Formats: sequence, C-alpha cells, structure tokens
Amino acid sequence: MIKLIAPFTEEKIRALKVGDEVLITGKIFTGRDAVHKYLYEGGKLPPEVNLKDGIIYHCGPVVIKDEKGEWKVMAAGPTTSAREEPYQAQIIKEFSIRGIIGKGGMGDKTLQACKEFGCVYFHGVGGAAQVLAECIKKVNGVYLMEKFGSPEAIWEFEVEDFPVVVTMDSHGNSLHKEIYELSSRELAKRL
Amino acid sequence: MNGLKQVLIELIRRTSVEVPDDVYKSIIKALENEKKGTIAESALKIIDKNIELAKRKSQPLCQDTGSVLFYVDCPIGMNQIDFEETAKVAVKEATAKGYLRQNSVDSITGKNDGTNVGPGSPVLHFHQHNSENIIVKLVLKGGGCENVGAQYSLPYEKLKASRDLNGCRKVILDAVLQAQGKGCGPGVLGVCIGGDRATGYEYSKRQLLRKLDDRNPDSRLDALEQDILNTANELGIGPMGFGGKTTLLGVKICAINRVPASFFVSVSYMCWAFRRQGFVLDSNNNIKEWLY
Repeated sequence: MIKLIAPFTEEKIRALKVGDEVLITGKIFTGRDAVHKYLYEGGKLPPEVNLKDGIIYHCGPVVIKDEKGEWKVMAAGPTTSAREEPYQAQIIKEFSIRGIIGKGGMGDKTLQACKEFGCVYFHGVGGAAQVLAECIKKVNGVYLMEKFGSPEAIWEFEVEDFPVVVTMDSHGNSLHKEIYELSSRELAKRL
Repeated sequence: MNGLKQVLIELIRRTSVEVPDDVYKSIIKALENEKKGTIAESALKIIDKNIELAKRKSQPLCQDTGSVLFYVDCPIGMNQIDFEETAKVAVKEATAKGYLRQNSVDSITGKNDGTNVGPGSPVLHFHQHNSENIIVKLVLKGGGCENVGAQYSLPYEKLKASRDLNGCRKVILDAVLQAQGKGCGPGVLGVCIGGDRATGYEYSKRQLLRKLDDRNPDSRLDALEQDILNTANELGIGPMGFGGKTTLLGVKICAINRVPASFFVSVSYMCWAFRRQGFVLDSNNNIKEWLY
C-alpha cells in the first residue's frame, strides 16, 4: 500500500505503476459529465477552484446539510469514467491535472494524455459509497451548484487515506486494456 | 394513506441501505474464492466493509440510488391513483432524508429540481391479483449498470449468432465482455429472450426480482443460466474488472413469445450493489412480511 499525500507532484505521480494500491490524502475536486462538457467547451472555473497539480474525482455525491447547516457527505463512490473520454485528455492538458479517480477506466486518448502530461488514473471501488464517504473528512465548498445541481456540481473535499488502485499509469500501461484483451481471448475459446 | 406513506419510506430506506441476504451470501462466497493478496480480493473486502457500514449508518450503499422502480401486485379494487400519489410523496420525503440522491433530471433543460419526482419518475408497474394483500417490490437501479444493458437483434452477424439458444448464449456473453469494469461487478444478469424491444427490456428487468439461489423451472433456460454463469466466471474479468475469479454472481433468463420477424435478446445488468427489497402489506397497510 502506497501513501500519496498532497501536493501531488509530477515526480510522485510518475513513480506510480499499474496495480499499485494507493491511499490518497489531500484536497480533491469532484467533476463529472456536466463539468467535463462545460470545461471542454471553454467554460470558466470559479476563482476558488484551482485544478493545477490536482485530482479530479468522477463522482456525484449525496450531500445534505445537517442541523447546524454544515455539509454532510452521505455517500460518495465513483461514477463510470468512460463518459468523460471525449473531454478528459484536453482537460488534463489545459489544467495540468495529475490524477483522475473514477471507475471502469478510460480510453487511449486519456492514456496518451496521462503519459504525455504526467497524470494517472486511479480506480475506486464502484458502489463503495460508504467506505469512500468515511474517507472524506471535510467539505471545503461547492461550486457551480446552481448551474448543474448537486450531483453534477464541483465539490471540494479533504480526503484521508482514500483507497484506490492505479489502473492506468503515466507510462502508457492500462490494466483495462490488458484485462479486455485477456478476457476476449478466453471468450473466443468458449464460443 | 399516511400509513402507506410511512411504510413506503421504510421500504425505500431499506432498499437503499441494505443488500438482500441472497446477494450478501453470494458476495461473501466470491470473497472467499478470490485469490488472496490480489486487487480483486481488496475490492471485495471494500465491498464487504461497505455493506456493513451502509446498514449500520442507515445510509445509501451507493451514491447512485438509481431509477426508482416499483412493482406492485394489488387486490382488485385498490385505488392505483392514490397509491401512485402516495408513492411520489414517499419518494420526495426519502430524498429529503438522504436515502435517495437528488437523481432525476429534466432531459431537455438538464435541470434537477431535487425531488426525484417528474415525468417517468418514479416508475410504477401495477398488476392485479386475487388476494387482499398488496405486494410491493422495489428495485433501485443505478445508471452505471443500466448503461451497460444491451439489446441484440438475431441473427447478429458480428458474433455469428443465429436464432437459437446458442446464438442467445453468444450475445449474452458478449454483453458480459463489453460491460467489464463499467457496471461494478461482480454483477447479475437479467435476460429476456423474445418480445418487442420495450417488453424485452421490461421482462429482463423483472428477472432481477428472482432470488440469486433459485433455479429456473424451465430446464433449457436453467441449463443456459448455469452455463453462462460458469463461462463468464472463467473469463478472468473479475470484481470491478480488476481480473479475478468472480465476474458474475447470477444469471436469470426468461423467454416470451416474439413475432416471426423479430428475435431480440435483451440484457439488463445489475451491479453488486443489488438494491432489491419488498414486502407484503395487509389491507390496513401493515407490513406482514419482508420478501428478501
């Protein structure tokens, strides 16, 4: 188990390889379908959000306000990343992102951008919304809430020991590609 | 209808925060079978811990609390309009309590009014039966697994799948291959052979109401279910597509008639966070029995 603690420098990210189990500590931002489309089309980030050397989490959390008016994260697992494939590479490049957290992996364009700009894809366990919500220690803020609604907004979280697996590294390797090829061969033998 | 509203909120809560016993047993079996020290085993351990935490904290297993699908068997004469209205209020209140995510979006404007009630949401299927009881089953079906559902029209040239059970086998296994990673495995397949496009999907979803450990009374379909389950688990896709031994927890297949010109195979995929629950109500809306 590797501990990855902010700041997420290119050096730390380049040292990771496919199959590494990692615990992330630091600030991360959620961003999913609406945010990716918006940024890709030239939408501006609110001034509070700085994605440089940051991590984007593909997640639409369940967040409610408690009695004291504080945000409380009720559930926060990863959503399917493949939907962001048309946008991700450009966003990695433009905002100097070092990590993506999601599930299901992404395609060649993103893999290439990870290699070129020093970024990795971290796979969270899909559906494990409670285990992952427990790792969110604080909600620093929420942005573009009015525009996109709660699940699609940008949430800024402080996380501690957030468990993920590197499934695409910055050296051109993808576990998803590997397993897809293996399982396709195994299936061909059985048809 | 206040009594009904309260029990429906409890049904939504329980469905959202617990997996049914049959699913839990099957996940534990998968965890025991997986090779020690692999990332597949780690993923299943996190899943096991998540199931325990969600139940204890009474919070959603998965943040995507999905499409809200009610299946209601009702006595003759029951007012379905009242039931539907009450179910909508229950959904709104369950959303405010955080059992459901604000998960229903206007498809044209993209606006989310935060209530989970709108055109097509929630979905209610009514069916009359000769009993005084009301049987309500609820499935919360997340978007990740819904997106990897697939419908094939046979013959399907690409896989050399003809209009027979072997052709069905080929396309169903193809759906498993294509779903890898994306649908939060290990998953469960609900399959319908035949029907028109809409009915085929509808019946495939109804197969998800069956318990994982039941057996298909039709021996031909039973054999196909077992074959697909075993074959899928030999492909090495594994939990979350990380590689490993358990790709599927179950396969449930039904067949309905088709018109001569059409031969559809409709596959609905359910993730490991299989949210299905139900109960029997007496005529005073008291819970007589939980179903899963």
